Amino acid sequence: MAMANVGRPTQPDLEISDSAAQGAIAGGRGLLQDELLLFEVGGADRTGVDLEDAALDASDLAGLTRTAPIGLPGLSEPEAVRHYVRLSQKNHAIDLALYPLGSCTMKHNPRLNEKAARMAGFADIHPLQPVSTVQGALQLMDQLAHWLKTLTGMPAVALSPKAGAHGELCGLLAIRAAHEAKGDAARRRVLTPTSAHGTNPATAAFVGYEVTEIAQTADGRVDLADLAAKLGPDVAAIMVTNPNTCGLFERDIIEIARLTHEAGAYFYCDGANFNAIVGRVRPGDLGVDAMHINLHKTFSTPHGGGGPGAGPVVLSQALAPFAPAPWIVHSASGLELKEEDRGFGRMCAFHGQMGMFVRAYAYMLSHGADGLRQAAEDAVLNANYIKARLSDVMTAAFPDGPCMHEALFDDRWLEGTGVTTLDFAKAMIDEGFHPMTMYFPLVVHGAMLIEPTETESRRELDRFCEVIRVLAAAAKGGEAKRFKAAPQMAPLRRLDETLAARKPRLTWRESGATVS
Amino acid sequence: MRYLPLSDLDRAEMLGVIGAGSIDDLFVDVPAAARKAELFDLPGHAGEMAVERALARLAGMNRPAGAGPFFCGAGAYRHHVPATVDHLIQRSEFLTSYTPYQPEIAQGTLQVLFEFQTQVAALTGLEVANASMYDGSTATAEAVMMAKRVTRRNRAVLSGGLHPHYGAVTQTIAHAEGMQIVRQAAAIDAEAAVIAAIDAQTACVVVQSPNVFGVVTDLAPIAEAAHAAGALMVVVTTEAVSYGLLKSPGEMGADIAVAEGQSIGNALNYGGPYVGLFAAREKHVRQMPGRLCGETVDADGRRGFVLTLSTREQHIRREKATSNICTNSGLCALAFSIHMSLLGEAGLRKLAALNHSRARELAGALAKVAGVEVLTPRFFNEIAVRLPGDAAGLVEALLADGIVAGVPFSRLDPGAGLDDVLLLAATETTTSEDIAALTAALSRRIG
Amino acid sequence: MRFTKDHEWVELAGDVATVGITAYAAEQLGDVVFVEVPEVGKAVKAGDAFAVVESVKAASDVYAPISGEVVAANGELADAPDTVNAQPEGAGWFAKLKITDLAQFEALMDRDAYEAFLGTL
Repeated sequence: MAMANVGRPTQPDLEISDSAAQGAIAGGRGLLQDELLLFEVGGADRTGVDLEDAALDASDLAGLTRTAPIGLPGLSEPEAVRHYVRLSQKNHAIDLALYPLGSCTMKHNPRLNEKAARMAGFADIHPLQPVSTVQGALQLMDQLAHWLKTLTGMPAVALSPKAGAHGELCGLLAIRAAHEAKGDAARRRVLTPTSAHGTNPATAAFVGYEVTEIAQTADGRVDLADLAAKLGPDVAAIMVTNPNTCGLFERDIIEIARLTHEAGAYFYCDGANFNAIVGRVRPGDLGVDAMHINLHKTFSTPHGGGGPGAGPVVLSQALAPFAPAPWIVHSASGLELKEEDRGFGRMCAFHGQMGMFVRAYAYMLSHGADGLRQAAEDAVLNANYIKARLSDVMTAAFPDGPCMHEALFDDRWLEGTGVTTLDFAKAMIDEGFHPMTMYFPLVVHGAMLIEPTETESRRELDRFCEVIRVLAAAAKGGEAKRFKAAPQMAPLRRLDETLAARKPRLTWRESGATVS
Repeated sequence: MRYLPLSDLDRAEMLGVIGAGSIDDLFVDVPAAARKAELFDLPGHAGEMAVERALARLAGMNRPAGAGPFFCGAGAYRHHVPATVDHLIQRSEFLTSYTPYQPEIAQGTLQVLFEFQTQVAALTGLEVANASMYDGSTATAEAVMMAKRVTRRNRAVLSGGLHPHYGAVTQTIAHAEGMQIVRQAAAIDAEAAVIAAIDAQTACVVVQSPNVFGVVTDLAPIAEAAHAAGALMVVVTTEAVSYGLLKSPGEMGADIAVAEGQSIGNALNYGGPYVGLFAAREKHVRQMPGRLCGETVDADGRRGFVLTLSTREQHIRREKATSNICTNSGLCALAFSIHMSLLGEAGLRKLAALNHSRARELAGALAKVAGVEVLTPRFFNEIAVRLPGDAAGLVEALLADGIVAGVPFSRLDPGAGLDDVLLLAATETTTSEDIAALTAALSRRIG
Repeated sequence: MRFTKDHEWVELAGDVATVGITAYAAEQLGDVVFVEVPEVGKAVKAGDAFAVVESVKAASDVYAPISGEVVAANGELADAPDTVNAQPEGAGWFAKLKITDLAQFEALMDRDAYEAFLGTL
């Protein structure tokens, strides 16, 4: 029987695929859609909500109402869904692949926590409704506080700071208030290592302190002699990150605290890296007076493209009386929320990031004392594994001894290749990985700070290490051009940051609709 | 443990690759005195069902706003948020990404921020807006400090209609930076009283409209007086929906407009996370706090977006930064932007009209209750009323009727001597039945 | 033209000193995106931070190499900051100072000394 060659072809027509490779007609590429700006796709006449009509009688507001158009485009619901789904596909995310952004702790975000935060009893309660109607919320805050105090070995916690930097501000304000209460107003300086996060000096300046940098030793730690020399009656506090931003535990931390206290200053610890030691080490045992805890790092609340975070601050006995409003007290009738100004004042309008408290508490309950400790151990194990697997092709900034939860490399190994840290990072994008943190900490030349977190499987770590090894070989093999041109596979190639800064265009304007 | 992919075999093999005998070898730098061998005194790990049950129990002890008549406002408002918003913000690529440090693989977040900035600038009637602050209160404090940088003056005057918590936050933060903060005593309809307090050292006046008592004020004369003295006017708004009906801050001469953006796209969340809006005049852009997203082109000339003017920020300028803010309210800003796109101009205007009309119905009904006096002469969706007795006590009593009647002013400012004042808000979620239930219960309780 | 170790240059005409940043400094900064010049009439002391120059990833204070009163500032740089890259030791000048202490000028490095100093970096 003869078969007629009809119906759906199953082989690609090579001629067609050749021409398709030349570039798509409307800018889309396979599953990746091009998407114009909201202001170009939307319209003033469109809406994605159906609201009942209200008879607008604004006679009571004569002269106070808007007359001119606002200039807001609308989208129907299907258009809105397309717009944002298409945009979302231009983002890298933890859920897609390893996101080893050092110091940021991009770990898996459990979805149970999202579900819990959306329970009506948490999401649909108002910060000022009677406290008798929010006893469950107060219990959760009280429990979260209990876990934070237990895990840090500190007697008090201020929950209200809204992010890490806000927590630093809270801690330094408490320190300033404590000095003032002692009549000690002469302390005008804060000491911080050169390797500190930028928020440390920025916060100290915010509170009116001068910043003096502490030198670092060759093995990446605070230089004790330099610290001792700079401590004095004019020093209000030191701000030290531990584990530090080089991913190393400050071996002399107890001595650092002792010297600081001896000089009459307080020890502020930047807790951004608490995730490396939770369940194994209590900052309270190290002599810390105040430390913020980034719930979005250690306790995995989602980073959301840049927030929201949450930055509760644990306080030592000496600083506890200076905690800001509000705080919770136990009474015969249940839990009470004290909102009057006390301590140094108030950090934000209400009680902090309740939505993040729910997520962090769910994370704590899920892990338990054993799981939290295991998470810290696995985070440290994963980082050391990466360091071990890459140290022969890259140069570890501090090769001797173990690192904590992140592995720091410098760019000595790229010397003479014509490839920079930036180029290398961009080439990682083409391989499907988010680059590590680059050029931070500032104390290491061309720094590459890799934080895998505990939620990466060994398979993903091995895949990452293999890719880096191949890329490193290519960089050393004279393929600089490829690195300079990277990324080629991302939705866009390298962006002109100079143009953006020289001629800032921060809002959409009709005339600027197309740049091509 | 369901969140930890490593098996014991993995761990053992990896330690081998590292050359460590045990996990303890990786913690050798921790001083021996601080090493904890035993587990902390906290419960052990738990399965998803058990955790969900524990949290549901706590959630169940709270009375959600949607459970019955509910009239709380004063800086946080219950609105209907379209289901699409919450679905879209849970897209992995939005939820589990971070600050767009690598713009080539963060164009989704960056374009959203650019659109958000444009929406906020349009709503506030100003030229530039940043990519968000923590909330309205911290945005207010940042605005005051920005005014200091712009004017090189050291004093700020806060109106008696400013939300007392906003005043406290500004006092705490701006005072720490060395500014003199003058807080005028709580007054229902006296935004213009700031004019008399302006002097040659005044960096800015801070006024709110609608203010904490719900009063809508024409701020143009205040702007004129401030500008004549070389000071800026900072305008605060806690109810972003009001932008749909009222003259914008920019139209009335504001130099900086800040707002709480929670009303659009974000749940009440017991006070957070929320999203601070921050807009200003273009000529002051280099003094602005926070992140800014700007348009540019890529190597092939295609339009794209990057974080820009970063030299203002802490990671570059360190102790000379305009603010210490790093992580902001990205996902809440996304929720705001999606909800605003769904509303569009027509939807926002309709929503605002609806809110105003509900509040008029509420005010009209309350005015008919013997013993209740409506204090707010011009309002958007929120009013203050005087009750025959202590407002907090009455709110507590009305709980027995299933009604959350509003926020006693004494909760915000216990020393103001306004213990008989109750703040009530009405939104599109408020029904005529809710209002009838409130007035009936009030009549019973007062009578 | 004289130079400082902070990479500023000074050119003197009568008692007016024109000040800018050196070609070396401009190259180290990369693409200059913003310059903040001092206000005319401001009195500055040698060593004071009196201007700011920014690239995309760095912001640097510019120190007055010499004391004096600002009699002119280069307003052109606001719209064309790239001039600092194109002509750092010419059209990219920052400010002109009316000086009183000639000795301060004399004490600065000449070009040879500055070149030698760069060689040590």
